[in-house]
Parts: sequence; C-alpha cells; structure tokens
Amino acid sequence: MSATNQTTAAVEVSPVGQATPVPAEAAFTGPRRRSGAWLTQLLGNRKAAFGGLILLAFAAVAIFAPALAPYDPTEFVGRPHRPPSSEFRLGTTGSGQDMLSQLIYGTRISLGAGVIVGVATTVIGALVGLAAGYFRGRVDDFLSLLTNVMLIIPGLPLLVVLAAFLPAGFWTTVMVLIVAGWAWPARVLRSQTLSLREKDFVSSALVSGEGSWRIMLREILPNMMSIVAAGMFGAIIYAIGAQAALEFLGLGNPSAISWGTILYWAGNNAGLLVGAWWTFVPAGLCIALVAFAFALVNYAIDEITNPRLRSQRETNLALRRHRRQLGVSRATPVLRSAGQHRAAGD
Amino acid sequence: MNFILRRLGFYLVAAWASLTLNFFLPRFMPGDPATALFARMQGRIQAEQIQTMREAYGVSDDPLWQQYGAYLVNIFRGDFGVSISYFPTAVFDVVRSGFVWTIVLVGVSLVLSVLIGNILGVMGAWKRNGFVDSVLPPLLMFVGSFPFFFLASVALFFLSFEWGWFPLRHAYTDGLAPAWSWEFIRSVLYHLVLPAATSIVVAIGGWMLGMRNTMISTLAEDYVTMAEAKGLSQRRVMFNYAARNALLPNLTAFGMALGFVISGNLLVEIVFAYPGLGYQLLTAVNNLDYPLMQGLFLMITFAVLAANLVVDLLYVRLDPRVRAG
Amino acid sequence: MATPSSRLRESEHNYPAEPLLRVRDLHVHYLTPRGPVRAVDGVSFDISRGEVLGLAGESGCGKSTVAQALLRILQPPAVITGGEVHFGDRDILEMSDDELARFRWKDVSMVFQSAMNALNPVITVGEQIEDVIIAHGAMGKLEARQRAADLLDIVGIERNRLDAYPHQLSGGMRQRAVIAIALALNPPLMIMDEPTTALDVVVQKEIMSQIDELKRQLGFSILFITHDLSLLVEISTRIAIMYAGQIVELASARDIFERPLHPYTQGLMSSFPSLTGQTEALTGIPGAPPNLLQPPSGCRFHPRCQHCKPIFTKIVPPLVEVERDHWVACHLYTDVGVRA
Ligand SMILES: Nc1ncnc2c1ncn2[C@@H]1O[C@H](COP(=O)(O)OP(=O)(O)OP(=O)(O)O)[C@@H](O)[C@H]1O
Ligand code: SF4
Ligand SMILES: [Mg+2]
Repeated sequence: MSATNQTTAAVEVSPVGQATPVPAEAAFTGPRRRSGAWLTQLLGNRKAAFGGLILLAFAAVAIFAPALAPYDPTEFVGRPHRPPSSEFRLGTTGSGQDMLSQLIYGTRISLGAGVIVGVATTVIGALVGLAAGYFRGRVDDFLSLLTNVMLIIPGLPLLVVLAAFLPAGFWTTVMVLIVAGWAWPARVLRSQTLSLREKDFVSSALVSGEGSWRIMLREILPNMMSIVAAGMFGAIIYAIGAQAALEFLGLGNPSAISWGTILYWAGNNAGLLVGAWWTFVPAGLCIALVAFAFALVNYAIDEITNPRLRSQRETNLALRRHRRQLGVSRATPVLRSAGQHRAAGD
Repeated sequence: MNFILRRLGFYLVAAWASLTLNFFLPRFMPGDPATALFARMQGRIQAEQIQTMREAYGVSDDPLWQQYGAYLVNIFRGDFGVSISYFPTAVFDVVRSGFVWTIVLVGVSLVLSVLIGNILGVMGAWKRNGFVDSVLPPLLMFVGSFPFFFLASVALFFLSFEWGWFPLRHAYTDGLAPAWSWEFIRSVLYHLVLPAATSIVVAIGGWMLGMRNTMISTLAEDYVTMAEAKGLSQRRVMFNYAARNALLPNLTAFGMALGFVISGNLLVEIVFAYPGLGYQLLTAVNNLDYPLMQGLFLMITFAVLAANLVVDLLYVRLDPRVRAG
Repeated sequence: MATPSSRLRESEHNYPAEPLLRVRDLHVHYLTPRGPVRAVDGVSFDISRGEVLGLAGESGCGKSTVAQALLRILQPPAVITGGEVHFGDRDILEMSDDELARFRWKDVSMVFQSAMNALNPVITVGEQIEDVIIAHGAMGKLEARQRAADLLDIVGIERNRLDAYPHQLSGGMRQRAVIAIALALNPPLMIMDEPTTALDVVVQKEIMSQIDELKRQLGFSILFITHDLSLLVEISTRIAIMYAGQIVELASARDIFERPLHPYTQGLMSSFPSLTGQTEALTGIPGAPPNLLQPPSGCRFHPRCQHCKPIFTKIVPPLVEVERDHWVACHLYTDVGVRA
C-alpha cells in the first residue's frame, strides 16, 4: 500500500463521493471497547434518527408492496403518459402502466440489490482489509496493490464492460457491482486494522496463543464495527446509484421493475420531451432520498466516532447560548457574563 | 523523485491490469460475443463487421499467449480495433473525437467544483457557527445524494425544455463549423453551462465536507495557533498555514475520486446528448459495439491514470516531506 | 475578604517602576457540555522589565491556558470570563482584532512546547521568520531575509539552513528555530511554554544556557512555564506555583527553594530530584490533581494535604503576603488557620 497512502487522512472522500470516517489513529484509545457505546449514541443522534426513519419507511414499502400498490405494475391500465390524477396518483408510464405501482414495486429490486451488494462488498472488503492489515508484509503488499488498482480504475466504464458481456439480469448486475465495489471498504478497514493491531489487547491475544483469524474476527473486527457499518452504508449508496446508472444505460434487465429501469423507460419513451415529468422525477427522488438517509446516518457515525469532529460539535453546542455575543473574531472571546455562575460555586 | 517513480510503477501495474482484464473478458465470458451480436443485429449488420469482431475476439487458432502478445503490441501502437457502430472507423479515431468534449466538460466542472468546494470547506471550518458551516453541509449533502444523470434530466426538463433558457442538446449550435471564432466559442460555452452546472452541484458537497473535516483537524495544530500568535493576517493564517496543510490529505483522496467524477460526467453527457465519451458509451451499449466499449474503457482508464500522475506531481510540489524522498 | 489583587496592588511600590505585564484576577473557562472547566480561576501576577517569572505546577493545572490567554489565542471552547491583563497601559482583554494583530509578537512572543508541531511543515524555516517580520511592517522582503539569517546565527543554526524545511532539522535545531522566530521582532516579553520538555537532557541543557545567554544580551523578560522545577532554579527571578487553576505561592526563586511555605510547594520540593533534572519531578505528591469541572471546596489542595482541617474545606484561602514579597494561599498562615 505504501504506494498511495502517504498521509493518513482524517476523512477521505470515497470514489462514491461520500466522506467516510477514517480516523488517522484508532478512534478508541482505551484497551478494548466493544461496539456498544457508539450504537447507543447513534440512536440518540437526531441526524441518524431522521435517516433511520426514512430507511424504515422504504423498507416497509418494499416488504408490503403487494398491499400498497394500487395496480399490477406490469399491467397496461391506462393511456400512456397520463398526468397524475385521482385514478393514477403518479400518472402513467409511456406505455400506460401505473407509475405509483411501479415505484412501489421498484423499491424491492433497487433496495434489495443495494443491500445485497452493500453487505457482500463489506464482507469481502473486511476480509481483505483484515488480512492485509493483520498479516502485513507480502500479504499486505499484494492485497493493497489489488485494492488500489481496483480503486483507481474508473467505475462506470468498468461496470459497463463487465455487464455488457453477461446476460442482462438482476444477479448479473449484483455480481458486477460487487466485483467493482469491494475495494473501498477494504482500503478503509485495512488502515483501521493496521492501527488496532498495535493495541495491547491484540498483543495479549497473540501471547495467549489465539489463532490469527480468531484474533481478526473476535478481537479486531468487533472494535471497528462503527467503521464497518459506515463502510457498508457507503457501499449501499454506491450500489443503488451504480445500479440505477447501469439500468439507465440499458444494461439492466429492462423488463424487471426498478427505479433504474423506470428512468430508462422514461428516457426511451421520451417522457421528458413530451412534458411527462412524473415518469422520471419520483424515481429519482426515491434514489436520492435513500442515498441521503444513509449519508445522514454515516454523517452521524462520523460525528460520534471522530474525536475532533465530536469536540467541535460539542463546542458549538456549549457556545450556542453565547452565540450573539461571540461575533466572528477568532481571538479568545472575553465573556464576563459567562463567569457569573462562579459566584455561586465559590 | 522516489515517490514519483513508485507511483509511476503503480500506474503501470494498473494499466497492465486493465489491459489484461480487457483481453481476457470476452474470451472467458460465456458465449461468443460475435455470435450474440449477429443474433441480435440480424440484418442490420454486415458480414465483414462480424468478421472483424471474430478476429478481435480471438476465434483464431493461435495459442492464447500469442494472441495476448499481439494484442498488447496493437494497443501500444494505438490500434484498438474497428468500431461496429461507426464501421469502418477505427475505435481510436472514434474515441479521439469524443475525447475533446469530455475533457472540456470534465475539466471545467472538476476545476470549478474542486475550487468552490474546497474554498467553502476552508471557510466553513474557519468561521465557526457561520452560515457556511451550519446551512451548507446538510444542503449539499442532500443535493449530492441525487444521481448525476437524474439531476441532469431535471435541469434539462425545466431549464431547457420548459423555460427554454438553455439549449436542449449537443455541444454547439448545429450547422456551426468548429473554429476559433468568438461565435463558436460562445456557442460552446452556452451549451456547456447546464451539463457543467449539474455535475458541479452534485460534486461540490463531497469536496466541501472533505476539506472542512481536515481543516478542523488542522486548525487544532500548534503551528496554526503559533501563526495566530505571530499576528499574521487572517488570510495568511487561513491559507498558508491551515489550508495548505489541510489540502494534502484531500489531494490523495482527489486522485481516487476522479474516476467517480468522470463516471458521473459520462452520464450527464448522455442526458444532454453531449458528444463526448459518455454519449459514445451509450451508442456502444445500444449497438453492442464491444470494441468501442472496450476502447472507451481503456482510454478512460489511461486518462484517469495520467490525471493521477499529475495530481502526484502537484502533491510533490506542495509537500516538501515527500520531495525529500 | 481582601482579594489577592487588591493586596498585590498595595505592594506595587516593591517593584521598580511600572511592571511590564500586570495580570489581575484572570478567569478562563472551557465551556463543555458537562459544564464549565475552570482552568484558570483568579490568577494575578506581575512581570517587570528584565525579569524571569517561572510558572510551575502539575500537568493540567492551567499553565498553558494562562500563557495562551495572555495572547488571546485560545480557541473555543475557551472563554475568558473575567480579569484584566495590562501590558503597559493597554488592557489586552479590551483590544480589537486589529490592535491584537499589532500587539501579538511585537510586544509578547511565545515559544511553544513542541517544536515539531509549532513549525509549519510545508513552509521553509526562513519564510516562517520572514513572514512575521513583514507582517508587522518592520522591513521589506530582502531586509527581512537578511534579518532571518542573522537570527539563525544568533541561535546557533547555520545561515544557509534558511531554506530548510522543518523536517530537515533535528529536534534541537527546530527548537532553536522556534526561539529564533520568537526573537524576530525583539519583543520586550517572551512566553516560553515548556520550551525543552520534548528534548533529551543534553540538548535541554544547551538550549537553557542559550536562552540565558540571549536574555542577558537582549534584556527581554520571560514568563517561563514548566513542570520541571529544577529548570527554574537557575533562570528565574521569581517563581509562581500553580495548583488547580490558582496560584498558591509566589516568591523569589530563592525563597521558594529554601523556605517553601505552602504544603503543595513543600511536596514539590521534597519530590524534586537533586541535579538529575528528570521530568517526573512532580510525581511525588500522593493523590491526583482535581477535576476542574468540580474543583474541591475551600482550599483546592485539601484532599491531598496532610495539614488539612475540616474548616479548610469550607473557606477559600486568599493569596496573602506572609513575608516580604512572599505570597501564599494557605490557612496555615491566616487567621482561620490560627483559630483552628
Ligand atoms: N479544550 C478543552 N476543553 C476542556 N478542557 C480543557 C480543554 N483544554 C484544556 N482543558 C483543561 O484545562 C486544564 C488546563 O489545561 P492546560 O493545558 O492549561 O494545562 P497545563 O498546566 O499547561 O498542563 P501541561 O503541563 O500538561 O501542559 C486541564 O485540566 C485540561 O483538562
Ligand atoms: S489551606 Fe489547609 S488544606 Fe489547603 S494547603 Fe493550606 S493547610 Fe493544606
Ligand atoms: Mg501546557
């Protein structure tokens, strides 16, 4: 890896455009801190809660799609390109299907593919990252080289050539996205493993003769769960966006119903140029909303686990009461009023 | 220099890896692309086109390693095969014509989004509690969640189609001959506004957040405190002391994000029918033009590698610690 | 109750003319979500021209906070909540941004604790000297460069290292470079916040004798901060001992060493290893420094004090002059203590 990682960044912008927390040093300095603390804090975080609510809503839509959809999404139920009405809440597609029903059923494939790819890339990334960071030396050199090569090859053209040679279908898309997407989590988790490996609890596990994979999976992995989670959410964002892009290009299965194919058909049926905004706006909004929700949760994780950001946030909270008197000067403020409570203490 | 040599070696490995992938992909994928193409394009495609494909994908009887060698030699000479959709134009020539426009679009949107994003990040971290830091991050994060091509579609629909403020498609007014004339350049700029603006808007958030976070860490460093103690002007502390150091880790990330940004721009091109590589990629997919697809993949990869090398050179200029070796 | 500041003011005639720096009842809080951390809680002292005031105390007692508050370079959540800091006839706490920019470094400069972190890694050492000279309008670019080279000379670095980057210098040289920067504008007062802590003993000795030498030549005053009392023996005129955000004893260096009055200072002295100059000098007092979120009531040292009586936990001992120029904040020397 020596090749790329000259300075360890506090936060790196992933190729997916998401800022993923990459603490320069392990965020946990204590001997051993299990995953619990940050999770509890996450539940109390407003951004995370908001993101979580959005995601729950989408998950519910995906699960209860048959009950929620007013029509069969594949059936031609009306005239093409009908604007939204009481009959068709979101209008009809270019070939006369109910847009709302398509959107609801589309949630299943889009979210499903996103989650499958997210989990798979994270698992692969974690294994590669753990192995590289734990064994170091040759193993690391090789795995890091592989990871960095995968990272530097531009994603979309790679996805296109991979997908174009395979029969179009759900699993093709999923597989291609996994092949092109595991490298980022691997890189992030490798650097985390490298720093956790130096901690005392790993040395003592080594001394007590535990096996390598046992140490990796039982000692190191549980101590970086927040980063694993953030990496997975980032991967899901990537998967949903990339899947939609592939389908939009016509490399998906056009007869399956997903947000990407909805956009594909909107483009193909010139929905845009006949003024049928309802054929593409809702699907795009759904993609954005899901991505935003995951990004919010990630932002919250970052705020909780990155010590510098956390103290910055706490400072802002503590100073909020005095905001008006503080002004924009960077010199240490003189706030005689803030010391008033002192009298009571003395 | 050591650093640059190491990076150069890495890029060579990456280039070799993508070449090799490109070679083996059609040979090991299930089915024969030429036959598939023939089946799908029945009647629309000439026999000689099929023959070209056959040759390109090694239905020859030479052993694999010999084909591989010949393939590498061909690539090295700039021979990427013959395009099917633009038959009989060579892939290399097709790609070259699109390259200019992609460079224009990516160049403009990348430079502007990086510049604006980083400046906003610096200011957000510098002026705590200011407008920039409280309102912009969540807003840009939301905008950044939209797929590039979707935002492009919406912009096209409203700004061009409904309200007619911007042209609907292409890179310059039809019928205008490319020339270094004011009229032509103005037309190019006019056509560039919307595609560039959408990709700038989507990308800015990522740059800003990245810069803001490293700035916050950098501002806590002793050398920034000392710079303030020295009574230097705020601008000098902010840029020469804080931002210059905060930039370094972001520069490394920049190289990697490049591929993503370019991918997004390719999709924007498709929406605006902007005649760059993205539009060609769509043509290739629609016509099952495998040689063109692969040529595009290679050329874009090489361009990204080259751009990364430029970033490395910049890094060396900015960080004396690397310069020393 | 007589406040330490009013008592101090009474004794002003003891000092030759007007003091250079006059700190009165300084309060600095860190506003945290769990409440204010009272890192500096009513600190008063003077520094006269040419004097070296040593400020010593355990880690975390607020020494650096005092130093950085004087230049107002503390960053949030730090807030100065009260007091006065007079430099000459101006109150630093009342200065505007522009006044501060002119005041900083020209009148008071500072040597930071860790030289590696105090130097900007991407700018040459020369430029880091020149920029402060130019910013204060003292000279043009060429002259500034000349002066920068001279300054390196003064602190014992070859002039041609002007274009070196910090990482190209050894630890000792970096610390000298930081001192050179502090000397750039010839300020009447320099704050040195543990200038030698990060260095090995030999280099430490060299730097200390250099500082001593420079001080004799140039005649500036120093606020010298350390938690290593042995360093203060030779260099300081007077010494202030700080505990939990307050000054508990203030006297001439000789008095502090020969007749420490406060139990805390006595503890420091007994744990002061002779001659070796080890940095763990202050570890000899049982107990841990207090949490400044909720400092102990009454005398802050009482949980660790052998002489503690119940009444001491309720009443705050004021800093009073118990002998000529020897100030102590301890009930053993007040009426409260006598009655108890
Ligand atoms: N940003 C902060 N937020 C909250 N508390 C702080 C902050 N910075 C410092 N403190 C607290 O203020 C107190 C004084 O810190 P300061 O750095 O002034 O100590 P010091 O005497 O210089 O210690 P050292 O010898 O270790 O340098 C400490 O107890 C510390 O915990
Ligand atoms: S006042 Fe009492 S508790 Fe405090 S130092 Fe003096 S003797 Fe000890
Ligand atoms: Mg300190």
